Amino acid sequence: MTLIDQLPIFLIIFPVLAALLILAAGWYDRRFCYPVFLLTVLFQFLLSVFFLFMVMHGGEIRYYVGGWRPPLGIELVIDAFSGFVLATIMLLALATAIYAKKSIDLEIPHEKTVSFYVLFQLLIIGLVGMTVTGDVFNLYVFLEISSIAAYVLIASSRRSFSYVAAFNYLVLGSLAAGFILLGIGNLYVVTGTLNMGELAVFLLESYHLATVHSAFLLLIIGFSIKAAFFPLHLWLPDAYTEAPSAVTVLISTVMAKVSVYALIRFLFSVFTPSYIIETFPVTECILIISAIAIIAGAVLAIAQGDLKRLLAYSSVSQIGYIMFGIGVANQIALEGGLLHILGHALMKGCLFMVAGLIIYRMGTSKLSDMKGISQTMPISCAAFALAGASMIGIPPTIGFISKYYLVLGAFEAGLWIYAAVLLAGSLLAVCYIWRFIEIAYFAGAHDDHRVDNRSTGSREGPVSMLAPMLFLALLCLILGFYVEMVMEVIGPAADLLLGGA
Amino acid sequence: MKENVVIRTVTRILVPFIQVFGLYVIVHGAAGAGGGFQGGVAFAASFILIMIAFGAAEVRRRIDNRGIMCYSVIGICIYCGIGLLCLLYAGNFLELNVIEAALGIPHLHGILIDIVEAGIGITVMAVMISIIYDMADDGGESS
Amino acid sequence: MIDPFFEAFFSRYNYWMAIILMLIGLYALIAKQNLVKKIIGLNIFQTAIFLFYISIAEVSGGTAPIYLPEGPEALYVNPLPHVLILTAIVVGVSITAVALSLIIKIYEEYGTIDQDDLMKVVRGR
Repeated sequence: MTLIDQLPIFLIIFPVLAALLILAAGWYDRRFCYPVFLLTVLFQFLLSVFFLFMVMHGGEIRYYVGGWRPPLGIELVIDAFSGFVLATIMLLALATAIYAKKSIDLEIPHEKTVSFYVLFQLLIIGLVGMTVTGDVFNLYVFLEISSIAAYVLIASSRRSFSYVAAFNYLVLGSLAAGFILLGIGNLYVVTGTLNMGELAVFLLESYHLATVHSAFLLLIIGFSIKAAFFPLHLWLPDAYTEAPSAVTVLISTVMAKVSVYALIRFLFSVFTPSYIIETFPVTECILIISAIAIIAGAVLAIAQGDLKRLLAYSSVSQIGYIMFGIGVANQIALEGGLLHILGHALMKGCLFMVAGLIIYRMGTSKLSDMKGISQTMPISCAAFALAGASMIGIPPTIGFISKYYLVLGAFEAGLWIYAAVLLAGSLLAVCYIWRFIEIAYFAGAHDDHRVDNRSTGSREGPVSMLAPMLFLALLCLILGFYVEMVMEVIGPAADLLLGGA
Repeated sequence: MKENVVIRTVTRILVPFIQVFGLYVIVHGAAGAGGGFQGGVAFAASFILIMIAFGAAEVRRRIDNRGIMCYSVIGICIYCGIGLLCLLYAGNFLELNVIEAALGIPHLHGILIDIVEAGIGITVMAVMISIIYDMADDGGESS
Repeated sequence: MIDPFFEAFFSRYNYWMAIILMLIGLYALIAKQNLVKKIIGLNIFQTAIFLFYISIAEVSGGTAPIYLPEGPEALYVNPLPHVLILTAIVVGVSITAVALSLIIKIYEEYGTIDQDDLMKVVRGR
């Protein structure tokens, strides 16, 4: 019983202690809270990478809180899928933490910075807890922790509409959480247990009951609202646009993905694939709706005049791609969907970081004000172009690989029309990425760029904001080349989900 | 004017009883109905009653914003501290059996759970009062 | 002809009441214009879900789940849903607190908390 065995609980306890530490450091002197914050996020990132390696070499890790075995106690389960999502969350959190210092100094009132970093750590607690838990009610509690932190973080911007955007998100998110709680209650009525592994076993003989059907529907609808799956995405554009830029980077890349992770957990681990394909064929429905999501999100993105809003609608479209992978539900398409979780996190993170840097330098995010911006900010436009190429799916970036797997999976299942929809989605992505590239590179420069007096005429922006952006953009390219390394993690994960473990 | 006198007198008489009841509910959580959250809210209700009867300035005189944050931090530290204490005795997080087995004091399990519940109660009380602080007046001075 | 309907209603009246309360809460959330009334509707919705959980914990003839001297042989009501709902109530209180703080900020910023007037003011800016 060494310290290594006890490490899983540190994934959750360490952010709690880190939040208290940041609070204490902030009381002492406000300038100390950022270094403490950065160190704690770095440590959590190293911990999550360590867990990924341990899971890849050793098999799944189980930890019983309080020493109580299930079904009496809560257990933490880290298997290949959880480890993969955990590493993605912490990578993006680290990149955002490095990016956030200068951006937050601009966009948040000065006396609220300590509270901001504490809320950031609370958001990480909620997200990490959702990923590693093996108990469905614990999943609900961590979901609500992350949601409450997100509502407050979105509302902390200086823009006046952010309060209304956060309120809309709060109402819809609480409604979704209510549905999820009701679905969990229905599952408890049928089986009498709350542990995910035992639920999968006990539900096998109850598939014909109406209670199980209603639980399934309530859970799908609840998690779809949280993941912004097409018709239920209405909170997303306002929330992403009005939030401070660092918050948008974290929430757009990670929060919706963890809800998709929870949905995949419920669909494949608790309700085994035999249920969702034969007894209650929801996969065909998910296919149709995700196809509509891909097209509708991209079309709405083309019509926007504000850069952050355009990227928000593009997120709706990309969530459609991940759900498409779930809808097809064979090995290759599921691998494509899981790879898209990582790929979209990297791509969208980089794109929103560029948008944040433009807001930092120019003070605006309207596309019409950004004419010829490539001359004053060449590095960020290059990063945008690289991440945008990955978003479209140009080889050899990681976006291409994930779309390739999805199309291959669609071919293998015989869904030719849906493969055509995927490719049409890529074409529409070209349209909205090209809008920015044309305005940045090929339109004539305004003579009176509204340059913020914080930056000099020649420097593009602080290094702490440029470095994570370039790092994420280069990762899109590098992981596209070395994709076998990533598939070593994702292959067993998809196998695990489809094998019904 | 007259109703203020009635409310103030009744508040002065009732507040100690409400606080004792809150403490009773916290401590009784292990063996009956009760626990950290319920007792913490009942305890905070006494402060909210003082705020309704006498105004927010009176309560701020007793517990100011820094004090509220100190209390909530102390509560969380008690919870995490006892949880991590179990790690020192080679058990899982919050596995209180190993401390009881190692130290040999009977019923130590129950005593430690009561301390954890008290910690949770302190945090809940602090958070409830801070919610009311932020909504009454304009929040006062925060650190 | 009307008997099966009565039986279906009265044998499961706890589920029916929970669903009716839930729909009342949803109606308030959607149809009321005042933002505070929407939050009250959200509270009613969440309370209905709590009622659903607690009503399934009932064991006929069971007593309160406090350890009696005769120990495990006595028939207790299932205490697990009660504990789950304690946690869910805490979550509900936090959500209400955050929502009310947001409404206070919206009022300070825009001067109204009526939904139609709010949209007019926002579009006007």
